[in-house]
Amino acid sequence: MFVPCGESAPDLAGFTLLMPAVSVGNVGQLAMDLIISTLNMSKIGYFYTDCLVPMVGNNPYATAEGNSTELSINAEVYSLPSRKLVALQLRSIFIKYKSKPFCEKLLSWVKSSGCARVIVLSSSHSYQRNDLQLRSTPFRYLLTPSMQKSVQNKIKSLNWEEMEESRCIPEIDDSEFCIRIPGGGITKTLYDESCSKEIQMAVLLKFVSEGDNIPDALGLVEYLNEWLQIIKPLSDDPTVSTSRWKIPSSWRLLFGSGLPPALF
Amino acid sequence: MAATFFGEVVKAPCRAGTEDEEEEEEGRRETPEDREVRQQLARKREVRLLRRQTKTSLEVSLLEKYPCSKFIIAIGNNAVAFLSSFVMNSGVWEEVGCAKLWNEWCRTTDTTHLSSTEAFCVFYHLKSNPLVFGSCPRKNMQITILTCRHVTDYKTSESTGSLPSPFLRALKTQNFKDSACCPLLEQPNIVHDLPAAVLSYCQVWKIPAILYLCYTDVMKLDLITVEAFKPILSTRSLKGLVKNIPQSTEILKKLMTTNEIQSNIYT
Repeated sequence: MFVPCGESAPDLAGFTLLMPAVSVGNVGQLAMDLIISTLNMSKIGYFYTDCLVPMVGNNPYATAEGNSTELSINAEVYSLPSRKLVALQLRSIFIKYKSKPFCEKLLSWVKSSGCARVIVLSSSHSYQRNDLQLRSTPFRYLLTPSMQKSVQNKIKSLNWEEMEESRCIPEIDDSEFCIRIPGGGITKTLYDESCSKEIQMAVLLKFVSEGDNIPDALGLVEYLNEWLQIIKPLSDDPTVSTSRWKIPSSWRLLFGSGLPPALF
Repeated sequence: MAATFFGEVVKAPCRAGTEDEEEEEEGRRETPEDREVRQQLARKREVRLLRRQTKTSLEVSLLEKYPCSKFIIAIGNNAVAFLSSFVMNSGVWEEVGCAKLWNEWCRTTDTTHLSSTEAFCVFYHLKSNPLVFGSCPRKNMQITILTCRHVTDYKTSESTGSLPSPFLRALKTQNFKDSACCPLLEQPNIVHDLPAAVLSYCQVWKIPAILYLCYTDVMKLDLITVEAFKPILSTRSLKGLVKNIPQSTEILKKLMTTNEIQSNIYT
C-alpha cells in the first residue's frame, strides 16, 4: 500500500508513472536509478508491502554529507511535479508466490491515485532471441490497447520495433504464438492485467545478458528519452551521451570491495 | 544460460530472481487440492505470539498488553549474548511471552510444543522500572535493534581484510533524533532480513528506531564481538538500564566457556 512521507497523499492525477520490473540484469531498476538521480526527484512516499524481500540502506542518491543519512527501503515513490512524473523504485526481489498479489495491489493503487499512464522499464534474456531479433535493434516496446489509442502516432514516428510474438512453448513446433518475455519478471503479468483492466501501459525493454548492465541501463533511458524527452535530446555527437545522466552514489563498488594488496 | 569449461550449457541463476516463471505457470494450473495444501502450509508458517508458561496465545498484541517506551531487539547469538549479560543482568526481567514459528527448514514437525530451548524469540520486560514500560502511547516508543553481519558483507574501497573488525555501524529512521554512538552505515551498504523488516516498518510508520550493526569476522559466539557492542551502553537508548558492567563481563565470560566446551570436540 502507498504510505505518504508527509501528512497527506499527494495528488497524482494525470501523472505518468515510471516503474521497473525486476528483470534480467536489473536493467529496469538501474534505469530508474538514473532517472531519479538525474532529475533529482524527491521522495513522496513508500509502497509498503510484504511481497518484496525487506532491505534498508542510507539514501542511494546522496550527493553530499547533508543528504546522505535519510533511510531508504525496498519500494519507494518519487515525483517531479513540474513534469507530471512519478517514479516507483523497487530494490529487492519478490517473495515466492507474492508476485501476482503485488501486481494486483500495484495496479489498484495506479487506478485509485489517478495516474494517467504507466511505463514499465524491463529487460529480457538476450539468448532467447530468434534470428530476426538477433539482427535488429535490442529495444522493444509493447502497448496496451488503451495506450495504443493515445500514443500510436508518436510511437510510429519514432520507428520503434514492437515486441514480436513467439511460440508459447518453444520446444513444441506446432504450439501457438503469444507474447513471451523470458527473464522479464512481472512484466508480462503487469501487461496482461493492464490490458484486461484497461490501464494505459507501455512496456519498454531491452534484450540483455547478465554482467555489467550499466551500459544497458543507459541505453534503455536513452530509448525512453526519445519518446518522453525527459532530458535534452541526444545530439549527433555520441561522446556526449553518457555524461548526461547522473550516476547515483550508491552505484559505487558494484563489483565488491577493494582488493587486498597481498594479492599482487 | 551459460557455457561451462566442459562445453555444456547450463541455466545460470539470474540475479533478478526471475527463474520462477514456472511458478506463475503452476499458479494457473493449480487445482483446488493444491490450493488447499498451500493454504494449510501458509497457516502452519504463521508466526504466533504465546504467553509464557501457559503457552496459550496472546489475545491482544504484545505491546498493547505491555506498552513500553523502549523496545530492544537482539538478533543473532552475539547480539543476544550482549543483551543477556549487560542489560538483562541489571534489574529483574520477567519473561512475558515468546514467538513461535515454523517453516520447512525447522527440524521438528511439531509446531505447538516447542520446548523453551528451541524457542526462537522470547520477550522480557523490566519489572523493577515501570517507567521504562509505562503506558505511553505508541508515538513515544523508541526501538533499538542489535545484530551482527560478517565483515565480508561490508563494501569499502579498501580490502575487507584490512578493516579493524569487529566494528559498529548504525542505521536510523527519520524520526530518531538522538545521535548514534558510531558512524552511520555508508553507501552502498544495505541490510536485509529481520533487522531490515523492523527498520522498514519503523521508517514507514514514523517510529524512532535505530539499528546497531556489528561487522565481525567471527559469526559464532565470541567475546570480542560481543564487547564491540559496549559503546551502545552510553547512548540514551540503553542508559540507565545497565548497572554493573564488571559483573556483566564476568557473566559474559562464563557464557563463552559453557559454549566452548560444547562446541570443541576435537581438542
